[in-house]
Amino acid sequence: MLLKRLSEAFAVSSREDEVREILRQELKEVTNEIRTDVLGNLIANNKFNEGMPKVMLCAHMDEIGLMVTYIEDNGVLRFESVGSIDQRVLVSKAVRIGKNKVPGVIGAKAIHLQEPDERKKILKIRDLYIDVGAKDKKSAEKIVNIGDYVTFDTHFQELPGDHVKGKAFDDRIGCLILVEAMKRLRDSDLNIYAVFSTQEEVGTRGAGVAAYAIDPDLALVIEATTASDVPSVDKALYSTAVGKGPAITVMDRSFIAHQGIRERLESVATEHGIPYQLRQLLGGGTDAGKIHLTREGIPSGGISVPCRYIHSPVSIASMDDVNNAVELVVRFVESIEQKGLPRI
Amino acid sequence: MELRRRDFMDFKEVLKHLSEAGGVSGQEGPVRYIASDALGKYADDVRVDTFGNIVALKRATIQRTNESPRVMLAAHYDEIGLIVTKIEERGFLRFSTVGGVDPRTLPGQEVVVQGREPFVGIIGAKPPHVQSPGESKNVIKLEELFIDIGLSEDEAKKFIKVGDLVNFKRDFVELSDNMVAGKSMDDRAGLVVILKALKELSMLNHQVDVYAVATVQEEVGVRGATVSTYGITPDIGIAIDVTHGHMEGVSKRDTVQMGGGSAISIGPHVHPKLFQSFVDISREVNIPYQIEASPTPAGTDAFAIQITREGVASALISIPLRYMHTSVEVASMDDIKEAGRLIAAFIARIDQQYVEELKCF
Repeated sequence: MLLKRLSEAFAVSSREDEVREILRQELKEVTNEIRTDVLGNLIANNKFNEGMPKVMLCAHMDEIGLMVTYIEDNGVLRFESVGSIDQRVLVSKAVRIGKNKVPGVIGAKAIHLQEPDERKKILKIRDLYIDVGAKDKKSAEKIVNIGDYVTFDTHFQELPGDHVKGKAFDDRIGCLILVEAMKRLRDSDLNIYAVFSTQEEVGTRGAGVAAYAIDPDLALVIEATTASDVPSVDKALYSTAVGKGPAITVMDRSFIAHQGIRERLESVATEHGIPYQLRQLLGGGTDAGKIHLTREGIPSGGISVPCRYIHSPVSIASMDDVNNAVELVVRFVESIEQKGLPRI
Repeated sequence: MELRRRDFMDFKEVLKHLSEAGGVSGQEGPVRYIASDALGKYADDVRVDTFGNIVALKRATIQRTNESPRVMLAAHYDEIGLIVTKIEERGFLRFSTVGGVDPRTLPGQEVVVQGREPFVGIIGAKPPHVQSPGESKNVIKLEELFIDIGLSEDEAKKFIKVGDLVNFKRDFVELSDNMVAGKSMDDRAGLVVILKALKELSMLNHQVDVYAVATVQEEVGVRGATVSTYGITPDIGIAIDVTHGHMEGVSKRDTVQMGGGSAISIGPHVHPKLFQSFVDISREVNIPYQIEASPTPAGTDAFAIQITREGVASALISIPLRYMHTSVEVASMDDIKEAGRLIAAFIARIDQQYVEELKCF
């Protein structure tokens, strides 16, 4: 299963090689040209159709992770986060370090050794460390280096009710949707550029340069987004819910969706009976934030698949939502072929 | 030497299977089959008592009296975990803890809910973006956490009921320097020590019957050992458990050295002669050891064994362990192997007279 391979691949921001390789193989048969740029973005297009509009579809390859910053004399590794992680989810997790995927664990002081007051305090990232089993610094230095990237050691698995669990669904799910969409859009008369961007999690750094190079007439970003449909959250604050269809972005902290694109997405979904929801999230940013401000401005929109426990070692999403998102992307692009570009 | 290394790899494999299986106190079933199979390889007889304790007997190879003295080895095979307390709207599960669990280690933890069939779940909490400012500085409390298994409320109620037990899900990890990590090393590591001891004994002669017991319900009050000791009526009982190994942020006063060999306990729940024998034998056959002071008798099977029936001479041998009661407990395969050798060497050296002298103070 492609999503399993994508989810279990290691690609912390700026080290996206494993995901890039999987995607390159997948796209070889269905695209005309595949290239990479200086930031490592993977850019593929269907075929060149002289004079036709250029549509950019974008999903990011990178994931949040950690980086080794210091090796203590006793052989344990200090680390910082790469991208935004709630430090409270780090403790009692297994990780993999560096290119050789050296296994390690993030432990915590045994409950038996804690003072009652300690249990009321969160374990801060600066107090945590990775244990690779090394008996001292010298032994640790044989297998890890300062600057090594660290990912969570999480397996992909199918759960009941079309649900799946795994790491890095943000945004490997987007990568999957984009690959599936490209397979179906290979004969489109539009110029479709699939951009698999780098470094989204550290400030949406990859997508902007790709957008500049392509200079598209329209961009659609495909993301995984927070679902907060969990107990003790007011329904008004759900932002999105798992299993209710792909979420169409209205606005977030980084951009306001182009009104024409948003309306077209909604009308296409209605026309083809694709369930959808509106992403009611004002926080968070996506690659669209960079893309829409590129050059003289690029009309941009976004659709996302809701995921619970995003930016943690393991998330849950619905394959129904994923399949509906593929359908929505394809039908949206086809609508441009039929009706032209959406206007404000 | 080559042979020994291969055996050693096998023990790591056994520990992997034991560690990854689920067996929360009171529902140790999934581990029971693995443990009894493993014990059966080295024992003359294996039985399971009404509590679920596995009792494996390896008879004396030299019999000098009608009834050989009895030595009981005990390691518990239950583990800490969670228990379902409520099935919420839309299929989310609320839970409480079984044994000493630090709620701070739970967010983002994968679990297996032992319902009518096992279900993989994730422990979730309110997502950061709907928290009020400053909330991310607070500890997430147990009552704010839930298990997400991806089932609808109706399905969840069909397959899962209140009271079902939940174990942590963690693949066994081989670290460097012969260290291993996983859940439930407490006390499946102790069980592997017993296996190693039995294996060593199969190459030695001994004058005592060895009762190797995998006990249940240790984490909820050393209950399995209480009844199994009564049933066996041993002359000597040796509990094999885990103790805190050195780690960042903890005083060396409270820990023993990882890879430093077995920790031989001294304290009220350890018979002074047994303690001395273990130290002497470690020196004699060159087995690494360390001494752990345990001023208060509590928390291990030795506590229960000692005060069974007319009293049993008890000892406690512990494997150094980091991050106890998390899902990433770390232990050293070297410590496990050496502890097994030590126990075998002890058993091979004792006889009827030794046992009788334990009553003479």
